[in-house]
Amino acid sequence: MYRYDQFDAAFVDARVSQFRDQVQRRVAGELTEEQFRPHRLMNGLYLQLHAYMLRIAVPYGTLSSRQMRKLAEIARKYDRGYGHFTTRQNLQFNWPALKDVPDILAELASVEMHAIQTSGNCIRNVTADHFAGAAADEIADPRPYAEIMRQWSSLHPEFTFLPRKFKIAVNGGPKDRAVIQAHDIGLQVVRNERGEIGFTVYVGGGLGRTPMIGHKIRDFLPEADLLAYIDAILRVYNLEGRRDNKYKARVKILVHEKGEAAMREAVEAEFSAHNREGLTLPAEEISRINAYFALPALEPKKALSERTERRRSKDAKFSNFLQSNVTLHKVQGYAIVTISLKPIGGVPGDASADQMDAVADLAEDYSSDELRVSHEQNLVLPHVAFDDLPAVYDRLASVGLATPNAGLVTDIIACPGLDYCALATARSIPIAQRLAQHFGDGPRARDIGPLKIKISGCINACGHHHVGHIGILGLERAGEETYQITLGGSGDETASIGQITGPGFSSENVVDAIETVVTTYMSQRRDAAEDFLSTYRRVGMAPFKEALYERSAGSDI
Amino acid sequence: MSAETKLTMSDIITANRLIDGIVLFQDAAGGWVEDFARAAIYPNAEASKAALERAKEDEARDLIVEPYAVVVEARNGHYVPKALRELIRASGPTIHPDLGKQAHGQAPVLVEKPHVSL
Repeated sequence: MYRYDQFDAAFVDARVSQFRDQVQRRVAGELTEEQFRPHRLMNGLYLQLHAYMLRIAVPYGTLSSRQMRKLAEIARKYDRGYGHFTTRQNLQFNWPALKDVPDILAELASVEMHAIQTSGNCIRNVTADHFAGAAADEIADPRPYAEIMRQWSSLHPEFTFLPRKFKIAVNGGPKDRAVIQAHDIGLQVVRNERGEIGFTVYVGGGLGRTPMIGHKIRDFLPEADLLAYIDAILRVYNLEGRRDNKYKARVKILVHEKGEAAMREAVEAEFSAHNREGLTLPAEEISRINAYFALPALEPKKALSERTERRRSKDAKFSNFLQSNVTLHKVQGYAIVTISLKPIGGVPGDASADQMDAVADLAEDYSSDELRVSHEQNLVLPHVAFDDLPAVYDRLASVGLATPNAGLVTDIIACPGLDYCALATARSIPIAQRLAQHFGDGPRARDIGPLKIKISGCINACGHHHVGHIGILGLERAGEETYQITLGGSGDETASIGQITGPGFSSENVVDAIETVVTTYMSQRRDAAEDFLSTYRRVGMAPFKEALYERSAGSDI
Repeated sequence: MSAETKLTMSDIITANRLIDGIVLFQDAAGGWVEDFARAAIYPNAEASKAALERAKEDEARDLIVEPYAVVVEARNGHYVPKALRELIRASGPTIHPDLGKQAHGQAPVLVEKPHVSL
């Protein structure tokens, strides 16, 4: 893992002191709320529906046990005993008191964490593939590049007041696990024919009220040019992006209005116009950062663990867990374990302080002290020996974290929605809970197969509903919550925006509507191997629309 | 939501306490309380507007932040916020009955099942 050097530590400590002073001045009446608001937002502190909310950065979704324990400690000491992992691989506390936040930030700094760039019109915390550094299909670990971008972008004087927020995601293998095409900049690590590492660059993706899939503007960007090229994109955006209308200020609108070819031309022109030597990454610096993310010393083991296979043969639940929550590792004899934060009927993404401690202990005992947070609001133990899977499973089960549903219909992304969020127009979490109770994690869910449901409680789309195979958007109409359904979205390497089925459904009827969609898929699929997305792409919207609006009772609107 | 657009029915005035962000309601004495039941009801636009002006003075004194008027309606003899957003804000997360005002008996009283399940 990356470890702070003296500069990092001094920088974060200085930031804590600065914010402590700002809070003191605010409480003493020396700063008005209007003056204070930008300062608190620059430190991840929002005012939400019930209280303040503190958003803590988990850079590229990587945590150590020590850091996870600190989050648990903060949850107990300063909050309400739990935290919420988000679709940007961050953690949110929903109840911190303003007076305590400087102390919380100081506690975070003691474990090399902070809340910088989790808000505001700056380059936000860079996200990455949650199997980074462990995935069998990985071309290169995306995290060193994310860390290089973090260092470059932290308080970047030119890019601290952009037209709007700016999100970058980087993915390390051919399978896109970081939704890169729905980001302002998406970077796909690739190798060219000479075996050199580089990036395919996408720009102008985004969700929100105007969802768009990113445009590929470079097939292969040499590794050394990473910062120089991103700098060029940001310069074009900073100069040409709209500042007159916040709803048209994201780079996706600029790319859309300008056109892909013109955007590419502008970026390439900017890229070649200036002497960018200062931004060219020296090979030794890439190596230095890479060293922080070196694979732990994992002794290759037998491809099959007798202990694990014995347990699999006599324990159906464990077998299900292996099937859905365990992924092949790049080192033989090891696995990546996804810890589902989607217990049936639970709150997607929430973890109690006790659960955080238990996961930290597991990482220490079985996963080389490493953890990941996924954009799907789950946790990951990236380096677990096959032999240890039964023990890991049992310990997860003892704290309610062994739900065998990763990637299945009940592994639902849901934003906080109207239960917490000041911007929301409808609740998301109760819909996720009811859907989870309806479909469960048993034979029905396994029969349905891979299916991503994503729920947002307003058009800002924090729940990524546009790229859900089934997306649900909560809106308010005439004082009632209503839910619009989209089908066929995808956040992977075949990214697409879901299409609206038609009029929305009431809260009461939306679960039945999703059941109708799922039943229609089951009746349309060629066989059990044809998953929901493939079936939808083959048969289109018509059979789903017919089932939802003609054969059944229809929508409520 | 601007305060001005919410002054046509009975209102209460709400805000968040600066120091900890907790949701507060203005009481009949012009002070701030956590208990929804103690919120002063302003039956007309004039009274509501005057109350909001008093709240803004408290905002200027850095006691509270973001005061605004909330439309309430009487249901079975109890006032409750008309909008679901405000009902949840005055109660707590519907998924966590152990948190927020509902956990301390400070939420609006709902004597019948609301038109949206809470």
